[in-house]
Amino acid sequence: MAERNLRVMVAKPGLDGHDRGARVLARSFRDAGYEVIYTGCHQTPEQIVEAALQEDVDLIGLSCLSGAHKHLFPRVVRLLEERDAGDIPVIGGGIIPDKDISYLYEQGIREVFTPGTHLQTILDWIENNVASREAL
Amino acid sequence: MYFSKELLDSCSSLRKKWEDEVRRVVEKHGERDKRFTTVSDHPIKRTYDPLDIQDTDFQNDMGYPGVYPYTRGIHSTGYRGRLWTYRMFSGMGTARDTNQRWQMLLEQGQTGLSTAFDFPTLMGYDTDDPHAAGECGRCGVAVDTLEDFRILLKDIPLDQVTTSMTINPPASVTWAMYCACAQEQGVPLEKIGGTIQNDMLKEFIAQKTFMLPPEPSIKLISDTVEFGAKHVPKWNTISISGYHIREAGSTAVQELAFTLRDGMAYVEDVMERKGMHPDEFAPRLSFFFNSHIDFFEEIAKMRAARRIWAKVMRERYGAEDPRSWWLRFHTQTAGCSLTAQQPYNNVVRTATEALAAVLGGTQSLHTNSLDEVYCLPTDHSVQIALRTQQIIGEETGVDNTVDPLGGSYFVEKLTNEMEEAAWEYMEKIDEMGGMLAAIDRGYPQMEIADASFTYQQQIESGEKTLVGVNKYVTEETEECPLLDIDEEVERSQLERLEQVRKNREERSVKKSLEELRSACRKGDNVMPHCIEAVRNLATEQEICDVYREVYGEYRDPGLF
Repeated sequence: MAERNLRVMVAKPGLDGHDRGARVLARSFRDAGYEVIYTGCHQTPEQIVEAALQEDVDLIGLSCLSGAHKHLFPRVVRLLEERDAGDIPVIGGGIIPDKDISYLYEQGIREVFTPGTHLQTILDWIENNVASREAL
Repeated sequence: MYFSKELLDSCSSLRKKWEDEVRRVVEKHGERDKRFTTVSDHPIKRTYDPLDIQDTDFQNDMGYPGVYPYTRGIHSTGYRGRLWTYRMFSGMGTARDTNQRWQMLLEQGQTGLSTAFDFPTLMGYDTDDPHAAGECGRCGVAVDTLEDFRILLKDIPLDQVTTSMTINPPASVTWAMYCACAQEQGVPLEKIGGTIQNDMLKEFIAQKTFMLPPEPSIKLISDTVEFGAKHVPKWNTISISGYHIREAGSTAVQELAFTLRDGMAYVEDVMERKGMHPDEFAPRLSFFFNSHIDFFEEIAKMRAARRIWAKVMRERYGAEDPRSWWLRFHTQTAGCSLTAQQPYNNVVRTATEALAAVLGGTQSLHTNSLDEVYCLPTDHSVQIALRTQQIIGEETGVDNTVDPLGGSYFVEKLTNEMEEAAWEYMEKIDEMGGMLAAIDRGYPQMEIADASFTYQQQIESGEKTLVGVNKYVTEETEECPLLDIDEEVERSQLERLEQVRKNREERSVKKSLEELRSACRKGDNVMPHCIEAVRNLATEQEICDVYREVYGEYRDPGLF
């Protein structure tokens, strides 16, 4: 059986509606051949994790531009662990000050991409770090 | 006709000669690019001459400032009479923190207030709702009840200062709080002035701060328009906004077209639903545009906006009062043009954009601070941004004459092109059955998504330059001090909310919410009930929950 395409979720936790980056990424992922699930804005961590499990995704990309990333990103990781899905990698992006990045790593966020990152850099990271869970 | 036949004939022959010379130079030396375009990818010619605007009619298309169709400005004396309002958008932490920032800005010569609320407030959630966790006070000030508003407006003379409030789904609630505070200060509603953004259509299109479905959202807006026209005559009840459409990645033309078409949708709804004549309310409709980095494109956009709106109001809706034809607007420099890399460069971007807004004839202006790309700005960076406006307004002399770029072949041609392209969009939306129908089909949303994707690819490929990001990149990071909103803010806000809940009279809260619910069901104007409920210390969310219950909730369709 041929390996299926990666299933990538782009999610917007929290209340901010700054979705320009998330939507550009969703489109780039689709153009790169991934199956993309985009949640739209205003998702709670609970909703994101529920959708990720239902959709059986291989990666969750979180985007937050409101400053609430320190609360919201780790919460997604914790909820995944509680549901025995801690192996789904979570990455994040948005307006994340440098000083917060190491905290997010400690909390289990695998990678953080800040403004100005090339789309290709993100795609390369995915190619090198994410495998289809079905193939595992 | 703007030019005589003799001039155009001579221009034609001179142009031919010039083009021969150009061909020679280009063959020999080439040019920097194959295509020269604006930041919106609009093509720009090598030069412009009278032939480009030969069909432009001086009287009907340009004319004089203060004269229909107001291409050159709505006031005959422009900024010679009065400068634009320096209006810095601000709000952070608790009501007390924001009140302090406002007092500082007023001392520094700011002439109007502009409120940024935090996300829970913007979305109609109280600080103690689970949706609000982690967001309190971060992107603006947290407001749950009238008690917060009293602190926010402490020692601000509401009969002298005008206040703009950037809030949309709960606009009726925060406006009710402002009205209640004014009455407590002894200032009658006829005397207070300001603006509520209250523009839901652009939320569905771009900013995504939504709560109710489109139809009831518009109903609440028409309620505020009607209430304002009758009781708060100096208040701008909608700020029809292109700013967020642009920030979401639209082109200048899309911003222009979608914003004006949104404005038309509001006019139509108030006329139909409330049976009001445009002259009863249109003078209090205001607009809000983005000023992006492409200097002339922005100026042309603003000039075209005035001309289109004047024509639409007079010809399409039959408004007779010239004030109904005026497009009055606030401008904010483009947040999305700022870069996190080499943040001090942002001062230069903002200054350029502010100058464009002034040459475009804005009525009020917010200049972004250099650190706003990261978070809420520090006192020092806000002061630089405010000084930027003051230098343009009071040192440069650009405001000594009205519409200094009027008559420029290029600017007039570009203004015409903006207008034509905007009409094309607006006609397409008319064919779809209006703005609500177009939004329902995802039309403006997808047009913007396409434009923003194209722009991102142009940045990735280096076709468009972003200094410090894809060119002139430096290795060392340049740090600027950032404002930290500490966790204490959320704790103290939660405490105050709990106090208010404990000390208020529950029975009157319940009663006023019940009356609001019944008004919603009957289709009555909600504003008097909102004011009564906030006076009784109902929270913002309690009122919004009534709306949610009666009208239902809107969910992001997640288009990309």
